[in-house]
Amino acid sequence: MTVPETAPETAPAPIVALTGLEVHFPVYGSLIESIRRRPRGYIRAVDGIDLTLMKGEVLALVGESGSGKTTTGRVIVKLTKQTTGRLEFEGTDVSALWSQKELRGYRRRVQLIFQDPYETLDPKQTIRDFVAEPLEVNGIGTAEEREAKVIAALESAGLRPAVDFAARYPHELSGGQRQRVVIAGALVMDPKVIVADEPVSMLDVSIRTELLRLMLDLRHERGLTYLFITHDLSLAWVIADRIAVMYLGKIMEIGPAEAVIRSPRNPYTQALVSVSPSPDPPDAGMRAKRTILEGETPDAAHVPTGCRFHPRCPVAIDRCKVEEPPLFDLGGGQSAACWLVEGDPRPVSDQPPVSDQVPVSDQPPVSDQEPVTTRLPAPAATVNPKTPEAAP
Amino acid sequence: MITVATPRQRTLPNQADPNAPLLVVEDLKTYFTLDSGVVKAVDGVSFRLDHGEALGIAGESGCGKTTTALSLVRILPSNGSIVGGSVKLMGIDLVPKTENALRRYRWREISIVFQGAMNALNPVQRVRDQIAEPIEERLGTSATDARKRAGELLELVGIPKARGAGYPHELSGGMRQRAMIAMALACDPAIVIGDEPTTALDVMVQAQILKLLEDLRAKLGLSLILITHDLSVIAETCDRVMIMYAGRVAEEGPVAEVFTRPRHPYTQKLLAAFPNIHADRRTLEVIPGSPPDLRDPPPGCRFAPRCGFAMDVCSVEVPPDVTFGDVRVACHLFPPGGDGGGVAS
Repeated sequence: MTVPETAPETAPAPIVALTGLEVHFPVYGSLIESIRRRPRGYIRAVDGIDLTLMKGEVLALVGESGSGKTTTGRVIVKLTKQTTGRLEFEGTDVSALWSQKELRGYRRRVQLIFQDPYETLDPKQTIRDFVAEPLEVNGIGTAEEREAKVIAALESAGLRPAVDFAARYPHELSGGQRQRVVIAGALVMDPKVIVADEPVSMLDVSIRTELLRLMLDLRHERGLTYLFITHDLSLAWVIADRIAVMYLGKIMEIGPAEAVIRSPRNPYTQALVSVSPSPDPPDAGMRAKRTILEGETPDAAHVPTGCRFHPRCPVAIDRCKVEEPPLFDLGGGQSAACWLVEGDPRPVSDQPPVSDQVPVSDQPPVSDQEPVTTRLPAPAATVNPKTPEAAP
Repeated sequence: MITVATPRQRTLPNQADPNAPLLVVEDLKTYFTLDSGVVKAVDGVSFRLDHGEALGIAGESGCGKTTTALSLVRILPSNGSIVGGSVKLMGIDLVPKTENALRRYRWREISIVFQGAMNALNPVQRVRDQIAEPIEERLGTSATDARKRAGELLELVGIPKARGAGYPHELSGGMRQRAMIAMALACDPAIVIGDEPTTALDVMVQAQILKLLEDLRAKLGLSLILITHDLSVIAETCDRVMIMYAGRVAEEGPVAEVFTRPRHPYTQKLLAAFPNIHADRRTLEVIPGSPPDLRDPPPGCRFAPRCGFAMDVCSVEVPPDVTFGDVRVACHLFPPGGDGGGVAS
């Protein structure tokens, strides 16, 4: 599978833009509280992010469970209402677009693909009916036109002969074919943007590759733009032009895939890169460079003060406890939210080892905490991950 | 961290031969009977596991890796049965054992950590009690001792003793998986089988769990069988790897050798299809076609219909196992007596 290094030849114009997006879910402790609408707190799923999708690009949104990546995707397809913030589509503010009629028009252009093809498909519905459903709901075309669109979408998704597949039921298909049907269901509306939430996570490696290739082919054929949501940095590496790394509702780092993976600047990104699995048997040197963070992502109802990553950060300084770092522009399209890179946009190889910094070792203010694993002192190597060219 | 009651103070089964290898599986065949035919899920699998060794079994969905593991302790669905071969634990063949006799071996000799910790734990029982239960039942210890030991086991896997009084829903995903590991260790088994133990976890938690398994192995002298579709997990944790395809072993050998110098075309394809951020942003490979229907597998090599190197002989004759040093390959590209250097590429 050849991965195009750059997005197709289109003028880099924003197609989707999020500004100051916040999504807070109220937490009600009792029925009384919910009737009075007085929540005892908020889950800050997305806590102030700016994100722009450029036309024709694949932007990967990477993060662990609870990072807010899925919520962000749902805001873009307007399945979740933002608390504050602005959503623009092709330059038009669509933040306040909520009537059924307006939403229909919007969702023709912005489609969502879910992770689990087993749950997305109705076992009692033929493939034809599944793919045709959005057309019928939106009253598009005559019966013949709809049939033609369904067949075309199935063919685009690589299900050939399409007429044959159209008459089948989900249980007659393999996992990979089912996910192709889901893709066909998105394509039939001729969308401009596809938000794909973990689209290949349930699939075997070889089938995964076929689907990633299909998605990239479709981007060229149909001029699609993707927001590719995944917890797997290595998938992002393979498919994305740009990668945004989220942690607890904030973007920690964003930039071209090459920069984010090869010279990550935020300590969270660095740790993620260092533990990202690889099928190359690790030698002792590689293992020592791994930074296994303690604990798990804290509960989004109790976001730590200052930099939200500081309780788990191996190189946190005092400032991190009190003040939240903004995204600092590092040049070349890369930005990182970390005080350690403030005013220091040098390439990472020129960085002094950060291990000189005093690690903060106080108790993280989180309830669900795992007091486990050795905290590796961050060696210079984790800050400067010169990944050896693994040569199998 | 409190160390658990001294490992290996276990009583061996009566007929155990202390000089025999820990586990030797030979020509294991496990079939499932469906209305539409017999599925040959595991069809002639052989391997061995030595004391303290970690073996990874890898392959795509439906290759028989989980069935192989479940066959060792015969936790099979009711339509599945072992139809041939032997599973020798310290010289004792478990296959002919009656269901009742086999209970002596499950959990006490071979235990399993299942994939979905949320489904495997009882939601309405305290975590500590769930771990104490098998200790009490299998080892016949008093309830108080069993509970004390459960507390020690929780500490051993990195869960504060006090959290053991809670219920599974009060634990995070990573903690639940730790509790599952504690449960598997409850009766101080010789072999722990991990069936996709980290699959549903976040990458950072996965790294923590793998580290824990590694530590436990060193501390307790455990032998591990790790079943996963994720080759990277095996690269991180195992000494040896066994690549399975369509119910048979394609290649088996030391991790370092098999992953850096894969011989079987299937192993090569599988590795090439794996995205790896530590390598170049390379072109990922697709394995054309799909695995065969195991009700009616192709004669000869089962990978032949998808193999780029297939020769005439491949679709007729089952490739014999050929060993090169420590590596075993079943592929006609490597005829018996060859030097094994002709790595297909």
